[in-house]
Amino acid sequence: MDLNTEVKTELAPTSPPGVKLGLGTWLRKKLFNNWYNSILTLVSILVIYFMTKGIVTWLLTEADWAVVTDNFKLFMVGQYPLEYLWRVWLSLVFVSLLFGLSAGVWKGTILHLSSVLVIVMVIHTLVPFTSTNTKLWLVGCIVCVIGGYLAGPKLPKQKPFVLLGWFISFPVILFIINGYGILPKVSTNVWGGLLLTLILSIVAIVGSIPIGILLALGRTSKLPIIKYFCVIYIETIRGVPLITIFFMSIFMFPLFLPQGLTINNVVSAMIGATLFTAAYMAENVRGGLQSIPNGQREAGRALGLNPVQLMYFIIMPQALRAVIPAIVGQSISMFKDTSLVTIVGLMDLLGIAQSVKSNPDYLGSIMEVYLYVAVIYWMIAYSMSYGSQRLEKNLGVGKR
Amino acid sequence: MLKKRMSLKLFFACVILGLVLFIVGCTPEDASSEEETETTNESNTEETDTSSDDHESENSSRSTLTAVEDRGHLILGGNNQLPGFGYLNETGEIEGFDIDFGKAIAAAIFDDPEAIEVRPLSADERFTALQTGEVDVLIRNTTWTTTRDTDLGTHFGPTTFYDGQGMMVRADSGITSLEDLAGARIGVETGTTTELNLADQFRKLNIDYEQVTFDDNDALVAAYEEGSVDAWTTDKSGLVSRLETLSDPEAHTILDEALSKEPLGPTVRQGDDQWFNIVKWITFATIEAEELGINSENVDEFMDSDDPVIRRLLGLEGDLGSMLGLSEDFGYRVIKHVGNYGEIYDRHLGPDTIFNLERGLNENWTNGGLLYSPPFR
Repeated sequence: MDLNTEVKTELAPTSPPGVKLGLGTWLRKKLFNNWYNSILTLVSILVIYFMTKGIVTWLLTEADWAVVTDNFKLFMVGQYPLEYLWRVWLSLVFVSLLFGLSAGVWKGTILHLSSVLVIVMVIHTLVPFTSTNTKLWLVGCIVCVIGGYLAGPKLPKQKPFVLLGWFISFPVILFIINGYGILPKVSTNVWGGLLLTLILSIVAIVGSIPIGILLALGRTSKLPIIKYFCVIYIETIRGVPLITIFFMSIFMFPLFLPQGLTINNVVSAMIGATLFTAAYMAENVRGGLQSIPNGQREAGRALGLNPVQLMYFIIMPQALRAVIPAIVGQSISMFKDTSLVTIVGLMDLLGIAQSVKSNPDYLGSIMEVYLYVAVIYWMIAYSMSYGSQRLEKNLGVGKR
Repeated sequence: MLKKRMSLKLFFACVILGLVLFIVGCTPEDASSEEETETTNESNTEETDTSSDDHESENSSRSTLTAVEDRGHLILGGNNQLPGFGYLNETGEIEGFDIDFGKAIAAAIFDDPEAIEVRPLSADERFTALQTGEVDVLIRNTTWTTTRDTDLGTHFGPTTFYDGQGMMVRADSGITSLEDLAGARIGVETGTTTELNLADQFRKLNIDYEQVTFDDNDALVAAYEEGSVDAWTTDKSGLVSRLETLSDPEAHTILDEALSKEPLGPTVRQGDDQWFNIVKWITFATIEAEELGINSENVDEFMDSDDPVIRRLLGLEGDLGSMLGLSEDFGYRVIKHVGNYGEIYDRHLGPDTIFNLERGLNENWTNGGLLYSPPFR
């Protein structure tokens, strides 16, 4: 009875939403408003307390981070030869400069991401376990970001210039890292760690978007050959697990290929990942295409646009904007899925983690290794997610 | 109007088809150009074309040895996740007991133990990789069984490590033999031969037990330490290596009994007997050297030995090397660069390592073990 009346007074719509409650009132109303909620609150507090205590004690006293600090280079670039490490650094300096310039030109999201990059680099410069050489390169990178930020707005034709920079950055970096015989060649089987993870996922994401758009257009085409080719391709790939595709691309294709042709492991993993993601991208883009009302097409035709112009100026911009969340979701998923290449013998970030924990010197420190790898994955995946949220906001998705 | 639309559709069709052709076409193009750049360093392009035709193919007329020599290094299929046998060290190199036998082959062929590329393989893909020519030799703690020797088309070289499945229990539990485990909860990794061996052995002994399966070794060991299983089983070398990582190694014992036989050794493809012989006799050379007391430090003192057995092993007499297709002093190269079996063992599993694994069956036959090299003559 008592309870009943209390509930009734609670429900009285006296306070408008958004009014701040005092701490005591808030606690009483939200956490201790009746006997079972009070018990639940107390139990939850106990559980949270013991969990936090366990985690904090482990982090501060038991965890032995030597396995991460001693093998730091391995986690970052795998078995990449030390004498050529400057190439990776050079690539990082280049990317830092681009980040800085973009931050200066566009501000906003990219500025936030660049700040995170700088913070990460500052942390790595200050920690004791990185070598002097590393620290010098890192300072160079930080200077590049800040310099780019300051110089960016003063450049003539800044936007096309920076965009061109991003456009050529990937081939240039691949060239610097591989060498292709002009610089001494560093074969792909020693690429590893975070470097390999990033290269694989960037190739897969960047390559799959145009292929995905073409497949989506092909699937909506009225020409039967194109249509059914695209349908069969998409449905076959989507019906097969990624791991099977990696196995196929690395072990089966060499059997089908004419004798003497060997595809490099990393290249076949790249092709497999790209083709796999393209099928999913295609379906995402097709969803966007279907969301465009027919009136848009008709209006476009009434203006006298031909189908290519119609697609390019009217349909695609709207369709792609509608599916940004889906595309970014697919990209994040691909980024994490690259860890499957471990099974086909490539040592990406997770592969390195698994090899490092088998070193007899560090036996038993699996928790540290996996926690560290998880944090790296989270930071990159969350940056992608954050970038896309800001992009949606800027484009006003869902507001128009 | 209709015509125009048709033509545009055709244009799109061409773009898509072109793209598909590009995808299909660019793959081999990339690969061949890469291969050319790889091999032009050693020979001219004209030769590269013919050589790359049979390069790494299973039924090639050219031997694996020639392919390895042309490439300039050996490709070894190895493990990168097994403490002691194959793991990544801080400098980024894969090293371990298994890897050293690969280095021995590289030393014999190129006089350089580092002329080797280790390709880490998982348990599932190892045989596929060997069959497709992805690797020249597989040394990845692989158990020699009838099925693998016949059905999978592989040849097993001499066993380099005699392992057996063992059982770890708490020392204060009073369990001293498998019979004492009646009614116990036994932890095992799922999907492994150890799981099957466990069932086989206990059915034979007619003992009831409760099997608790785990997905990976780390989870299994954690459960054992917490006490949620009474005993756990895996290969003895694995038990020993994990024993050191437990919080109190003294509180646990490994039962003497073995649940199974696990002879581990190098594996090659069928169809190339010369290569099989090379792998076989290089492995034997390490065993023979230990029997004769030759190691990497004193091998030069043996160069003026009068003992014909030693002279033949080191290539000072006879033509054993050229019979195999190697240089005459291949035995010397192996011992000089990598060492004899005992040195390899001590380096990775012996008393100076955290494993401190007993030689046991892996002693030379002169010391009561199973390692026995046929005579070099």
